[in-house]
Amino acid sequence: MNLGRAILDKRRLGRYLLNGVAGFTLLYILTPLIFVTWLSFFSQTIPSFPPEGYSLKWYAAIIENDRFVSGFILSLQLALISSTIGLIVGVPAALCIARYRFRGREALNNLLLLPLVIPGIVLGIALYVFHVETEINTGLPILGSLLGLVSGHVLIVIPWTVRLVTASLAGFNRTLEEAAQNLGADRWTTFRRITLPGILPGIVAAAMFSFVSSFGNLELSLFLVGPGRTTLPIAILQYLEWKIDPTIAAVSVVQIGLIAAAMLITDRYVKIARVV
Amino acid sequence: MAEVKLAGISKRYGDFFAVRDFTLTVADGEFLVLLGPSGCGKTTTLRMIAGFIEPTTGSIHLGNADITSLPPWKRNTGLVFQNYALFPHLTVEQNVAFGLEMRKVPNAEIGPRVAEALRLVRLGHLTDRLPRQLSGGQQQRVALARALVFRPDVLLLDEPLSNLDAKLRQEVRVEIRELQRKLGLTAIMVTHDQEEALTMADRLVVMSEGEVKQAGSQRELYEHPADRFVAGFVGRTTFLAGELAGDGKFKSRGGLTIACENKTAIKGAATLSLRPERVSVAAAPANGTENSVPGEVEFVSYLGALLDVHVRVNDRERIVAQIANREGVYAPSVGEKVHVGWAPAAASVFAGTGEAEE
Repeated sequence: MNLGRAILDKRRLGRYLLNGVAGFTLLYILTPLIFVTWLSFFSQTIPSFPPEGYSLKWYAAIIENDRFVSGFILSLQLALISSTIGLIVGVPAALCIARYRFRGREALNNLLLLPLVIPGIVLGIALYVFHVETEINTGLPILGSLLGLVSGHVLIVIPWTVRLVTASLAGFNRTLEEAAQNLGADRWTTFRRITLPGILPGIVAAAMFSFVSSFGNLELSLFLVGPGRTTLPIAILQYLEWKIDPTIAAVSVVQIGLIAAAMLITDRYVKIARVV
Repeated sequence: MAEVKLAGISKRYGDFFAVRDFTLTVADGEFLVLLGPSGCGKTTTLRMIAGFIEPTTGSIHLGNADITSLPPWKRNTGLVFQNYALFPHLTVEQNVAFGLEMRKVPNAEIGPRVAEALRLVRLGHLTDRLPRQLSGGQQQRVALARALVFRPDVLLLDEPLSNLDAKLRQEVRVEIRELQRKLGLTAIMVTHDQEEALTMADRLVVMSEGEVKQAGSQRELYEHPADRFVAGFVGRTTFLAGELAGDGKFKSRGGLTIACENKTAIKGAATLSLRPERVSVAAAPANGTENSVPGEVEFVSYLGALLDVHVRVNDRERIVAQIANREGVYAPSVGEKVHVGWAPAAASVFAGTGEAEE
């Protein structure tokens, strides 16, 4: 009996410990978010504690600020276009890598995941130099264009697409494809009717991760934006250089809200915990 | 339904033959079982018929058509997979309808045919469920309905019962067999379970290492096995290693001299196979021309209707006798001195000992 109780106590202790560590980690992650959100409602211009009062004026200030509004629209466009292109390129690439054995398969896989490992600054500088050289040599107005920005962002979303779609293909039971073919479906019909619905969770997750990573990207965009073309993260940075009023906090809250909404909506269709 | 004709098909991977020179004709309406241990090539053979593996050599005919190089979707075969392979995102009804849709059957006709197929497997009430909401047995029956609904030329079954529990398996065996008979289906089933094979087949093919060892009825395989492998794989048997000593005598390594009826002359090492139910156990030696060997009961397993009596006859050999568990039948207990006896015709002798050659 004593032994049984000892084991039970030990187990309970373990559970407390686990919950404690998890709780602390959660708090550590959430604290900045909570403070930013709180700060965005302060009424005074220079943030200080305790707040003198609460106000929604900083949210109004976002809408009045053209740079934030146009930055938001550009970031949204950029994220949507880049994620779409990322899927168009990444899904077939993932299919090839997961399904076929060919020379250079491993190399291709690593190449497609590479942008994830290279620091954004390095990638940004490299692309910038490439764009400058291209423009000098061909005369194409690529420097600072939307096309240039999109091509850079496609690079950072592809690793997500390839990784997530490859993972969901690995978990896909291929006997289902054989069953479909046995029932009379050719390769394309099999893909459309059986494989695609099977890996859809992975594709949705890939789209969402692509969107989020493009929407929040700062370091790559810094080098690729042109005059009068600013993404939201850059607009925030530029604003911060001159002022530190809670407008920044309000913008951040909007951005966090958008990403959180994307996550929650995705999670309704695909359990995010299953694909990450 | 149609006849399936396999003519000398082989499948080679490098130097390794997964299937070697397989020739067989499955008659229209016949239930054929491919039986063998894992890796014997039986599943490869089935997959070649379904079109997932292309044979290296040989040809496959289904009815009058040569289907050797047709892709799977152009062959009219109905395959039931070991793990059922039901489409998880489609309902039972949609799963069963899939084959009809692919064949461009008019919508008005699909509904009644799906309902009919589901009624055949007694699942008419579960049409709107998703596969994950069904039990293993129900999933298995959906898979069967899905493979039957488009009237395939041949029904292929890849270990269809191995994921069911023992009791259910016995029921489904009978169900599949009845359905096959009622619809007059040509069916080819793959299994490693000899009991399953024996209860279901019209004809069995025993395979080992990519080759057909023997094809025939249950009785032929059991009573006249072609070699040591078949004797050991179909039914239970006691093997004694030794050699033939001429004049119809077999000398075992343990020193027994056994009278047998061997038709072929075998030089060198040989194996004698003795079916347990042909061996009698008695307290006194049997008289007449029968083989009779004294020994000591080492182990008795109680199987309900039957008893397996393991009798040690010398320090190298043990003979198993299977006796009916009936009133009045002599049932020895462990440690008892007994005599085991059998008629010369009860034993078969094969070349080789099945051990690695010395």
